[in-house]
Amino acid sequence: MARVVVDVMPKPEILDPQGQAVANALPRLGFDGVTAVRQGKHFELEVADDVDDATLAKIAETFLANPVIEDWTVRRVEA
Amino acid sequence: MRVGVITFPGTLDDVDAQRAVRYADGEAVPLWHGDHDLKGVDAVIVPGGFSYGDYLRCGAIARFAPVMQEVIEAANKGMPVLGICNGFQILAEAHLLPGALTRNHRLHFVCRDQWLKVENTSTAWTTRYDKNAEILVPLKSGEGGYQADEDTLKELEDNGRVVFRYVGDNPNGSRNNIAGITNARGNVVGLMPHPEHAIDALTGPTDDGLGMFLSLLDTVVKA
Repeated sequence: MARVVVDVMPKPEILDPQGQAVANALPRLGFDGVTAVRQGKHFELEVADDVDDATLAKIAETFLANPVIEDWTVRRVEA
Repeated sequence: MRVGVITFPGTLDDVDAQRAVRYADGEAVPLWHGDHDLKGVDAVIVPGGFSYGDYLRCGAIARFAPVMQEVIEAANKGMPVLGICNGFQILAEAHLLPGALTRNHRLHFVCRDQWLKVENTSTAWTTRYDKNAEILVPLKSGEGGYQADEDTLKELEDNGRVVFRYVGDNPNGSRNNIAGITNARGNVVGLMPHPEHAIDALTGPTDDGLGMFLSLLDTVVKA
């Protein structure tokens, strides 16, 4: 088995109101100095060893991310 | 006229969509998300709600349901398909319509009666309206912000594919105030507001939404 991490983020040009809300809340909580927050999704997949990179890329592009509004990265990590 | 109305786990507005079909003298045919055929219907409505709990992204899981494979194939052959609210999100995820629906720009779920301008009256679902008519129908969504890249927006604007546009204050941050669009062929329409909730002044703000279902009747009779 291998562990695969897929990170999905809103594209830079897409408005991220959730990230903005987090950023706006921080000064109210007494945390200064954070100028911007972007909020995305983090997936951890446990996959069989025979699942190749092309298949993982397809999973990310067709299902975990929406290429219209999101960028994504796929990486294998130590379990 | 036989119109299929799909029910996914988490769909809410299938009953009102079926009622709207009957108000337009059609027969509403319930379709289940696991169905592998469309039961010979003339058109399909993908109604609103929270299919599969809106997990992952709104519509992202519903788009892979067995019945949607049939809908995609039929839509590409010209069958009229209407996506309302979550249905619009599903049609966008299924690539039957371009762009995507994102979280409302002010983060709040918006629930109000909304004025829309009807800008395209030649789609399968809008022939009964006068061009630039303004209609009042309910809007109720948390992820209704229409997003698309500049090329897609230009393509939609230049070819009259913006079917409905919000009048007045932009309720959700949609690019160009877009409330609903159509595909190049004009058989597939998606919109965030709910025409099926506005078919009778007794139960809705107006009966302005009924025109969409009567338009479909004309389309099917002519076909």
